[in-house]
Amino acid sequence: MEIVNERELEKIAYNCRKATMLIEKQQIVPISAMEQFELELHLQGCLACIIYMKQSLLINAMVRDFFRKHHPEIKLDEGFKKLLRNRIEQCLRQS
Amino acid sequence: MHGSEKIDDIQEKKKLNPNYWVENYADYLYSYAAVRLYDDELARDLVQETFLAALEAKKGFNGLSTEKTWLTAILKHKIADIYRRRASGLRNNAQRFLQGREEDFFDPDNGHWYSGHDPAEFFCEQPDTIQDKEFQAILQACMKKLPTLWLSVFTMKHVDEEPSAFICKAMGLSSSNFWVIIHRAKVNLRSCLQKNWI
Repeated sequence: MEIVNERELEKIAYNCRKATMLIEKQQIVPISAMEQFELELHLQGCLACIIYMKQSLLINAMVRDFFRKHHPEIKLDEGFKKLLRNRIEQCLRQS
Repeated sequence: MHGSEKIDDIQEKKKLNPNYWVENYADYLYSYAAVRLYDDELARDLVQETFLAALEAKKGFNGLSTEKTWLTAILKHKIADIYRRRASGLRNNAQRFLQGREEDFFDPDNGHWYSGHDPAEFFCEQPDTIQDKEFQAILQACMKKLPTLWLSVFTMKHVDEEPSAFICKAMGLSSSNFWVIIHRAKVNLRSCLQKNWI
């Protein structure tokens, strides 16, 4: 385990760049106990990063929702579909 | 009999019916590609390529997944190829851009948010935001503003939930570059939303 002196802790406490990186990281992989400690320490004193964390999760949900939902309004035109059908039939005949 | 119905179901899944592909899946595959690529013509071409590749690979279909899942998987690989092609031409630019961007948000000396860039409450209180059409339009516009490489990595991770190792390999990224991109893409996207949604 690394030895963390007071000065280093102070740096972490004010480092929003690092805190937001950890916030992103922990959404994808588990972060180490040390990182978790650093992040919690930071969040105790930083309202901006608490807001960031909430919004970051919400943005993920929105992006996922947008991409995954069915988009019935996005359709291929019939002409292209006919062309596709012909190509497929042609290939099936050949094989 | 329930049991025999179930078996029929399973057998149904194992068959491929190329004659019905266009009718059943063309629109679905097209919209899947179109929202990810922001390019309708390219999305159209990929649907065609997917069907043709699927016909070629017909024998390899093992029936463990549904026809739809199988076709979508083929399309996904083709989309990953496009992401890679788009990013490879831009990688150097994007990385230079990466280095310049950070100072826009954080003080390089102490890593603190620059004043004026710190996150403020702007949409969290409204649970309906996700469904809000206007908000979705802004979200899309903000996503389009991200550098191609970032958008590709962001989408592969947060939408398609690809393993990080797969993304790094596909996009030729080191693990540390990957984290930098994941972080900056979100910081930029969030900031863009805050700026435009008030």
